[in-house]
Amino acid sequence: MDDHADLFKALGDGTRRLILDGLAEKDGQTLFEICGRLTMRHNLASSRQAISQHLAVLEQAGLVRSRRQGRYKFHHIDTSRLRSIVERWPIDREEPEL
Amino acid sequence: MRINITSVYVDDQAMALAFYTDKLGFTKKTDEPAGGARWLTVVSPAEPDGTELLLEPEGHPAARTYKEALVADGIPFTQFAVDDVHAEVERLKGLGVEFTQDATDFGPVVTAVLDDTCGNLIQLATMK
Repeated sequence: MDDHADLFKALGDGTRRLILDGLAEKDGQTLFEICGRLTMRHNLASSRQAISQHLAVLEQAGLVRSRRQGRYKFHHIDTSRLRSIVERWPIDREEPEL
Repeated sequence: MRINITSVYVDDQAMALAFYTDKLGFTKKTDEPAGGARWLTVVSPAEPDGTELLLEPEGHPAARTYKEALVADGIPFTQFAVDDVHAEVERLKGLGVEFTQDATDFGPVVTAVLDDTCGNLIQLATMK
């Protein structure tokens, strides 16, 4: 059974959530652009190497996919795995009766 | 002390000269034979006596490895100032120039990153 452990671990870090925010805003970014956004918009001082490792965790969890285009590498967000969360705990359309 | 020259390693000097003049709009300043290659520099027409950009051949085997690693991660080799990044991106795209990062607002600065076709990425910047 898939316990989604890697998914929740990937989402359990603030920097990784900011990376996903950035890719949701503009999909398909190089490592340089991802780092630029984190530094300039969120004043985050992580090294490129650290961000690279965060991307590897996100990629392992299936939330980010990297694509080689010619000599460049672009990163894309993939939210399809998040569906498994609401399938596991469905969101009721009606307000729950308490 | 002042900075009179800076350089980019290019894989082909003739191609580099064409790109940096025809596309980016720099003008040729010096072109002298030097050790089997050329001492080849361009300047901005806005500052003909300003800092020269040396289009330097990749003389060292490590240069290519270094450049490829930078390009893969989208890291620019150097940066040029423009009055309006958005307009410049549009102009250059019209000339077939490829960008790895479109004009992006970073608060005090707007930047974009282009491919110089000689193995480097170049950042364009407009300070607000």
